[in-house]
Amino acid sequence: MTIAQKLSRRGFLAGAAVATGGLSIGFHIPTAEAAVGDTPEINAWVVVKPDDTVVIRVARVEMGQGTLTGLAQLVAEELDADWSKVTTEYPTPGQNVARKRIWGDFQTAGSRGIRGSEDYVRKGGAAARLMLMQAAANQWKVPVGEVTTSKGVITHKASGRSLRYGKVALAAGKLEAPKDVKIKDPKDWTIAGKPLPRLDTKMKLDGSQIYSIDFKMPGMLNAAIKETPVPGGKVKSFDAAKAEKMRGVKKVLVIDGNAVVVVADTWYRAKTALDAVNIVWDEGANASVSTASIKAMLTEGLDAKQAFVGNKKGDVETAIAGATKKVEAVYRYPYQHHMTMEPMNATAQWTPEKCLVWTSTQNAEAALATAVPASGLPIEKCDVIRMNLGGGFGRRSSSHDYVRQTVLVAKEMPGTPVKLIWSREQDVTHGTYHPTTMCKLTGALDDKGNVVGLHMRISGQSILAGLRPEALVEGRDPGTFQGLNAQGPEGQFGYEIPNLLVDHAMRNPPFRPGFWRGVNNNQNSIYLECFIDEMAHAAGQDPLEFRRKMMKNYPKHLAVLNTVAEKSGWGKPTAPGVFRGISQHMGYGSYVAAVAEVSVSDKGALKIHRIVAATDCGHVVNPQQVAAQIEGSFAYGLSALLYGEMTVKNGRMEQENFDTYEVMKMADMPPVESYPVPSGGFWGGVGEPTIFVAAPAVLNAIFAATGKRLRDVPLKNFDLRKA
Amino acid sequence: MARLNINGKIHNIDVEPDTPLLWAIREQIGLTGTKYGCGVAACGACTVHVDGVPTRSCSLPVSSFTEKQKIVTIEGLSKTVTHPIQKAWLELDVPQCGYCQSGQIMAAAALLVKHPEPTDAQINEEMTNICRCGTYNRIRAGVKLAAKNAKGAKSNNKAQRA
Repeated sequence: MTIAQKLSRRGFLAGAAVATGGLSIGFHIPTAEAAVGDTPEINAWVVVKPDDTVVIRVARVEMGQGTLTGLAQLVAEELDADWSKVTTEYPTPGQNVARKRIWGDFQTAGSRGIRGSEDYVRKGGAAARLMLMQAAANQWKVPVGEVTTSKGVITHKASGRSLRYGKVALAAGKLEAPKDVKIKDPKDWTIAGKPLPRLDTKMKLDGSQIYSIDFKMPGMLNAAIKETPVPGGKVKSFDAAKAEKMRGVKKVLVIDGNAVVVVADTWYRAKTALDAVNIVWDEGANASVSTASIKAMLTEGLDAKQAFVGNKKGDVETAIAGATKKVEAVYRYPYQHHMTMEPMNATAQWTPEKCLVWTSTQNAEAALATAVPASGLPIEKCDVIRMNLGGGFGRRSSSHDYVRQTVLVAKEMPGTPVKLIWSREQDVTHGTYHPTTMCKLTGALDDKGNVVGLHMRISGQSILAGLRPEALVEGRDPGTFQGLNAQGPEGQFGYEIPNLLVDHAMRNPPFRPGFWRGVNNNQNSIYLECFIDEMAHAAGQDPLEFRRKMMKNYPKHLAVLNTVAEKSGWGKPTAPGVFRGISQHMGYGSYVAAVAEVSVSDKGALKIHRIVAATDCGHVVNPQQVAAQIEGSFAYGLSALLYGEMTVKNGRMEQENFDTYEVMKMADMPPVESYPVPSGGFWGGVGEPTIFVAAPAVLNAIFAATGKRLRDVPLKNFDLRKA
Repeated sequence: MARLNINGKIHNIDVEPDTPLLWAIREQIGLTGTKYGCGVAACGACTVHVDGVPTRSCSLPVSSFTEKQKIVTIEGLSKTVTHPIQKAWLELDVPQCGYCQSGQIMAAAALLVKHPEPTDAQINEEMTNICRCGTYNRIRAGVKLAAKNAKGAKSNNKAQRA
């Protein structure tokens, strides 16, 4: 596969076209030409070249999660392609606009890469196969029903003739698309469902893969940016006299009134000069916000009268009033940062005729929608070319602020390509943070230790209110209740509790929230699964049995729980000093559960010895990639549990880099045994779900080991020694 | 002006002496396989070999190097992606997004020289580069596979010589 080479070639062509002024008329990105006529596009998803190379177009984006390979497997499966000849490419959002959104949604978030597009990409592959078969049948003058396909070859058995796909691709592309196509039963899969190697590994081993930050164009300049450290602040004044005299510096400017930018020949010179600019900030209204003031704001919401209802059943107030035993606890989840390895960056080139952006994004359509108003040009004159991502985790779908800034800077230098790279410090202090919330849980047990009532009052930040207020539903953010809903793929509450109330007092501190791998499931699963554990202990019952009693009506939730119980040997002895914790959760269409085995030393050092994880994602497209995502989810989720916290002082984020915002390293990483248990009949996500159960399983195991119930994150803030 | 020996070739580089080696490699030599992650030697994405020693290039100025020191970047580790670490990484599909993997591979290649049969504790100690996708377990397996293959290759060579 040669996406990177293709992209850099495209970049070069685009640059050359701009330089020669030929852009607005004659310039097409090579993939767009496929639609024009002479090149063998079978349909929007499949191009077959004369040499039999099959190019599968991928609308979603690869950011490490394996979607590129998985989607290609699904299309190739229906196409009966020769897998060794399969390559992939990304269409641009501009092409999608021009072709009336033929590729559908580009957004790659919410673990939707596969589950959100499997149906139409499989049909795209199946339709292309029918068209190739028809073209061969027409050439042979035989009924299409007499021809078969296998591994990129069409055969007419009766006459012993066969043709490779590449030989009939041009003819096939001219046929009308079939209206009704059948797709295969997953039990008949030979390409999909198999642990095939990824298509994009080799170029990640020798430095040849081009990420957005590596993109180069002739004549390109580099820019560094420093934005107000306090949200809502402005640039009051700045003195660039020294910076302007420094070597390589081309321009110092203010954009959006809140950021100073230095443009220079190299990025390191731009950054060094920026450090020499003396900036005075007008800090605005938020300069006194602190972690403590945010916590006070959220604490008030825990008992506030007004709250949005997420899930309600029976009469929870009466149930709690009449409880034999009442259990109560308050939990908190802090701000956290995505810490993608590649900091935010983009390259833009602006002329009055065209604005092109090259960037790593999880949603190129949203990147385009951000670039258009910044460019001042109509959408037809703008496009975004997707580069490889050095991590996404939701940051590159939450906001394309970095794209807006890059276009604004490029617009100040017409014709000159400008690459804007955020320093790690700018990146960490201007994130779209994992929202901070708190939760007060009140549980009612009857005299047999059954849960007869549960009230979960969430207080805290809404992601939609911060990013897309227009998407709120009468002021309510449905995403707040992920994993706690009465029904639906975005997180069904998995316990039968006769009187239940889950509600949300929205409290929005001024820091911008974002979608963060796992999103609201991360804290909701801690709140619910640790509190279920608390209630089990209050009832004097085994946490597994206590859960099972309430899960009879939730067989899929129960099945994954049973899998991890069995595989971990729940109830059987552990090594001396090692204790188990269990949790389950449902979200992004998938059912997940985990058992963690931990020990806590006399000095309070935590060791996670083993994770046993199960996921039912309906269908598995590539088992080895599912296993990789499960492992990665635990690394991300446990990193958040052990270390993840952004603290606020004087209206600013205090952490600025990996030296102050710690993340998990090799030595912390436990072995992860993953058990995909796909039950079929539905499509669930994989990139995120198992993160939900990472933290609660470990927290419950810590309680088993120490008797300490930790209701706050991260653990580095707490003494874990035995109570 | 700096004179650097990178991947076996001497480069004259016209930069300020305090320019970090990383940015000289990326912006002056034009080799972009070595990545910027933090700029403070905390993440390891910028790891290169300096006379075989894994070195975080983001925090050392070019003025601290002489042309006698052999600097090797990911592009110079092998000619055709055939270093035992690269082969093991390919076999186990180690990378996810891949951004940290240049640094991981350079760190792992140096680890194998220091400890041809590394224990888990040695891997924990030497492999301190950050991966946010969470490929740590595959990196560990990759290091062990590469060590096993390298050992096998050595004993084969011995057998052939004998």
